Amino acid sequence: MNDFIPGRPAPEPPQSPRLSPSPLERRLAGLRGDAPQRSLDARALAALAANPGCGRRAVLDAAGVDKTDLATRLGNPAPFGQSPFAISRGLGFERRVKADGCTVLLDLLREQLRLPEDSAPVVFAELVDDPGLPAGRVASARVALAAAAARPGVWTVLDQPLLRLEVAGSTAHLEPDLVVVRPDGRWTVVEIKSFPILDGGADAVKVGAAARQAAVYVLALRETAAALAGVEPVRDPYREPEGLAGAPDSTALLVCPKDFGNQPTAAAVDVRKPMAVTRRQLDRLTRVEQLLDVLPTGTGFGRDRSDGQLAAAVGALQAVYSPDCLSACELGFHCRAEARCAGSVETLGRGVRGELGSFHTVEQALAAAAAAVTAPGGTHADTAGGTPSDTLADTPDDGDAESALRLARAAALRAEALQTAALQAAAPVGGAG
Amino acid sequence: MSLLSTLARMEAVRDGRAVPLATVRHRHLADRPMVLVPLAAAGEAGAPLAVMLGQDRESPVLLTVPQPLDRDRRFALLADLAAELLPWLEGFGTEVDLLTREVKDPATGEKTEQVRELCTNAPQLLVPGPAAVEFLGLLGRSTRFRRSAETALDEGVDPGPYPVPARVPLLGRWLTHLRDRAQVPGSSLLLAMTDLLGRHWATGQSRLEDQHLGALLAWIDPPAGRTGAEAALLAETARDGHGQLLCPPAGPTTDPRFDSGLLAPAITRYDAARKLDDAVAAQAREAEIAALLEAVLRPTWDRLWQGLDLLRALPAAAHLPERWEGDRWSYTSHRDRIAAGEPPQPVRDDAVTAARKLAQREREQTRLDIQEALDDPLAMAEHRLAGEALAGRVVAVEAAYDETGRSPKPRPLVTVRTSDRPHGDPGRELYRAGGPTAQKAELVSADPAAGLVTVRLLNGMGRRKEPEPGSVPEPGEQVCFTLFELTARQSAPLPEPEDTPWTHGGPPVTRTATAQPDLPTAPADEEGA
Ligand code: SF4
Repeated sequence: MNDFIPGRPAPEPPQSPRLSPSPLERRLAGLRGDAPQRSLDARALAALAANPGCGRRAVLDAAGVDKTDLATRLGNPAPFGQSPFAISRGLGFERRVKADGCTVLLDLLREQLRLPEDSAPVVFAELVDDPGLPAGRVASARVALAAAAARPGVWTVLDQPLLRLEVAGSTAHLEPDLVVVRPDGRWTVVEIKSFPILDGGADAVKVGAAARQAAVYVLALRETAAALAGVEPVRDPYREPEGLAGAPDSTALLVCPKDFGNQPTAAAVDVRKPMAVTRRQLDRLTRVEQLLDVLPTGTGFGRDRSDGQLAAAVGALQAVYSPDCLSACELGFHCRAEARCAGSVETLGRGVRGELGSFHTVEQALAAAAAAVTAPGGTHADTAGGTPSDTLADTPDDGDAESALRLARAAALRAEALQTAALQAAAPVGGAG
Repeated sequence: MSLLSTLARMEAVRDGRAVPLATVRHRHLADRPMVLVPLAAAGEAGAPLAVMLGQDRESPVLLTVPQPLDRDRRFALLADLAAELLPWLEGFGTEVDLLTREVKDPATGEKTEQVRELCTNAPQLLVPGPAAVEFLGLLGRSTRFRRSAETALDEGVDPGPYPVPARVPLLGRWLTHLRDRAQVPGSSLLLAMTDLLGRHWATGQSRLEDQHLGALLAWIDPPAGRTGAEAALLAETARDGHGQLLCPPAGPTTDPRFDSGLLAPAITRYDAARKLDDAVAAQAREAEIAALLEAVLRPTWDRLWQGLDLLRALPAAAHLPERWEGDRWSYTSHRDRIAAGEPPQPVRDDAVTAARKLAQREREQTRLDIQEALDDPLAMAEHRLAGEALAGRVVAVEAAYDETGRSPKPRPLVTVRTSDRPHGDPGRELYRAGGPTAQKAELVSADPAAGLVTVRLLNGMGRRKEPEPGSVPEPGEQVCFTLFELTARQSAPLPEPEDTPWTHGGPPVTRTATAQPDLPTAPADEEGA
């Protein structure tokens, strides 16, 4: 659950095993300049699924620009935060789940994954936990997984191992709550969350977010396993590779408090679908290069940039705003202000665009509605039913003409209804009609 | 969202303030509703932190807990809440209308008169938003199965380690009922202000943003000199010199920066005073916490009343009394279940009850759509745009008769000027809305180019050859016909819960009250804070 706690120190810049950074890495680092870096984490990767089409977010995430910091500098700070009460409750619950050498946890795991009773010994992997040494942490987690693979019939618990995933040339650092290597050799991702499972059910939105996060961990584990087995990773989540490469289980364990108390309970969550979705999004991220190509030279997000330059740099990256951004992306308020300024219809809700055909701005759409309404006899079918293009001389194509006609119909009906109501209010007895 | 409401939202953007989405008020509003703003402790499930409530906008009652992890204080708050709410809730049960109906004994065929009670009025509870409705449901779930020391004594059982104050489980049952009823479309026992306002006004922002009560009201009633968008942005983001929101969230969760900047330090001070056994200091610290919570509750409280004022300015829709009667029945039957000593509502409905509720909600949704369309030309406009209705002025009436029977019957042809394009072939059945009686008609022809539609009236004109005066519209009269029926159909009868087939889980098993520590409420650990 740590990935949801904002404000934790960003890990050190990723240390690539390669000697020199790739050209793309260099370009991305150049974009970031001296701005604080935030390496991609599971939350960022999972959130890509929320708005995969957004090039602005893709570039900023790939370049490791800290969007919270950026939003503040742009004058539209992100409204996210977590209550200290929620944090301490979460930490307390996590401690409880891991207490007594994870006895409760392993029982839940056996029960939910329908594993047979066993009396296998439990080993706690020794991991480097210095936050200043991400490369060391990643390496020690790999070593621990390799060691566990070499001793079947034993439970091995990795507490907050650090995993890495290459994403479009940059490195994402991922920290699952727990990875458990089972006596049968399979690896299970365990996510501990502090929302309750009440009467056997939980908030679907929260479960969905947890599943997407777990999916990212399983993807990272698959790459690790493939590397340990010395084979290419299988990209299709629905196909399980043979041998060690197939060790990561695509069913994760979600551990939550039961009902209103603090007792842990668990649910097994099949994460193959979110894995497939995230995989697709990550593959699309490689198109970051093309997105970079259209940026004016000299674009950057460093501390040395003036507010105006910064706004221009962000503005040069194409956004795909929808109101869902407000709860999913740090730049939500900034992109909303921009979309409102442009009068874009997306500010009114997801799916509004579809309704309005090719009208992109409120002004265009209202003008189209009004043009047809004010045209002589436009509200009546006896003339409007003729040639719509007469009244909409400046609309480019038939699709537009049709949406304009629909809008005009709606506007006429709305005006008529409001007028009827006004007349009724003026003469409440009987109906003037 | 429909095209009409999108259009309204675009108009709101243009005008810089919200525009009407309804021409009448579509929900019943009580003369003296109970207004209630709950706050929840962050991170805990269903743990109350504070409640502001009352029927008088000038003097709300404030209930708070100084330490949300202290279960005794939590239950003390719930006991206080029960003391405030239960007399009011139960008070509506005393005044009743007596309704008589004839029932036929299925065995003997004998007719007897049955008298039933219907409470004359019912309670109405108003909260800021849907999250508050859910929170009340959660409180209901966490308390209705609890056992108090008194009831345990009566039943001669051990009350368990955590008995609750006497009236708390009863409060839980009422809250559960109110939350349940709130799922029924058009019901008005428990209403969320953001839903109410959102039904009647379109803002220049999305529905998602309309969930913020302060922003929503900023669009509907912007302060002088500001556009709705500007005022809404202030409501969402403006903070004072200490970093606190000027418009605190309407709850039940508080702003994290309020928690970290003000509440957590105050709770720490309270805990410290308690540790030192300094009762005077603890009380002073407790008063500080209450004052902090009051300060974040009061703006929401005031906004709820502001919303009420705005809604009251709208004329009431014609069908409100009919739908409110449904709420009165709902209230009356819950009163009767409690009086009959029935057990609390189960955690999960059995298959038949669940199916019944679903069928009821679907039926009520249909009824609501129909009634709103009949009550409000803007709602009817949605159906006209969708080709499910037509309205316009009568331009010609031609007498015609059905001569097939023994005596000729009137079947006049009515031609209406309209730009509406009903989606139906000739012969399609139509229903007259707003006519003197329920009347069926059929579509005869439609000429979109000329803007004319001709329909034939089929009934509601009396038994003679010539139609009863007033039953056929005159030229120049405004008429409206729908393609959908104007009364909701009864759904197929479902078995009684006791007769649930085994394929659907069999008859329900009664859940008895429990005082098990882990179910449904266990003490939150003394961790945190
Ligand atoms: S808020 Fe802006 S940057 Fe973030 S996803 Fe939405 S459009 Fe993209």
